Amino acid sequence: MSDEMDMEEGGVIKKFMFVNRKAPYGTIYALEGLEVVLISAAFEQDVSMAFIDDGVYELKKGQDTKELGQKNFSPTYRALEGYDIEKLYVERESMEARGLTEDDLLVDVIVMDRAELAAKLDEQDVLISF
Amino acid sequence: MKIGVLVNEGPYTHEASDSAYNFVKAAIEKGHEIYRVFFYHDGVNNSTRLTEPPRDDRNIVTRWSELAKAHNLDMVVCIAAAQRRGIMDENEAKRQGKDANNIAEGFRISGLGQLVEAGIQCDRLVTFGD
Repeated sequence: MSDEMDMEEGGVIKKFMFVNRKAPYGTIYALEGLEVVLISAAFEQDVSMAFIDDGVYELKKGQDTKELGQKNFSPTYRALEGYDIEKLYVERESMEARGLTEDDLLVDVIVMDRAELAAKLDEQDVLISF
Repeated sequence: MKIGVLVNEGPYTHEASDSAYNFVKAAIEKGHEIYRVFFYHDGVNNSTRLTEPPRDDRNIVTRWSELAKAHNLDMVVCIAAAQRRGIMDENEAKRQGKDANNIAEGFRISGLGQLVEAGIQCDRLVTFGD
């Protein structure tokens, strides 16, 4: 793994991928996961996110949480760009199984099929899954 | 090998903390370095010293404290996740105007940066949880 690391200004740059697998409000994983992603931006790493299984619902447009009494944190995904986190991968099979298309998502994403995404995961130095 | 460990689930409900404990113990016995154990999500509940299981059950919290003492482990509890779930050390309790604290010996409360930093520093970051 160490041979894949780049040294820049004395620091190590690793490929971090945050894998999001859960729907946004049923559990706290998506919300707290996003907090880690935002913090990671301060460490100048090569950060990406993957959305698979129910995790694709995290990016769905038009989330309304009023009746749930929970905070709608979906606008945060749109702020990721400002943190230089622009590699958002969505698994095509997960999206299609849930009747969603790219137009239903609130940010620009890179749609990949399962095999492509698996190869992407394989490239990473650090995988953190929520 | 330098290893970081992430524990994402609370004690007893989920086996994650037991598995992480067994993994850390085995890794140390094999001569690996445990750089840090980071507790996130409900994993922060592994750090309350008020835990009192039945006498014939294992005390997951005490077990972590003892392991930390024996091997000088760095056990970090995420501050944001801890605040949500009522895990306080003396400083934090004072700062938040609380009448008590509950953190067990060997744990320290700090930020999510400690998790990202473990990902950068370690050869492997191993997650326990769903």
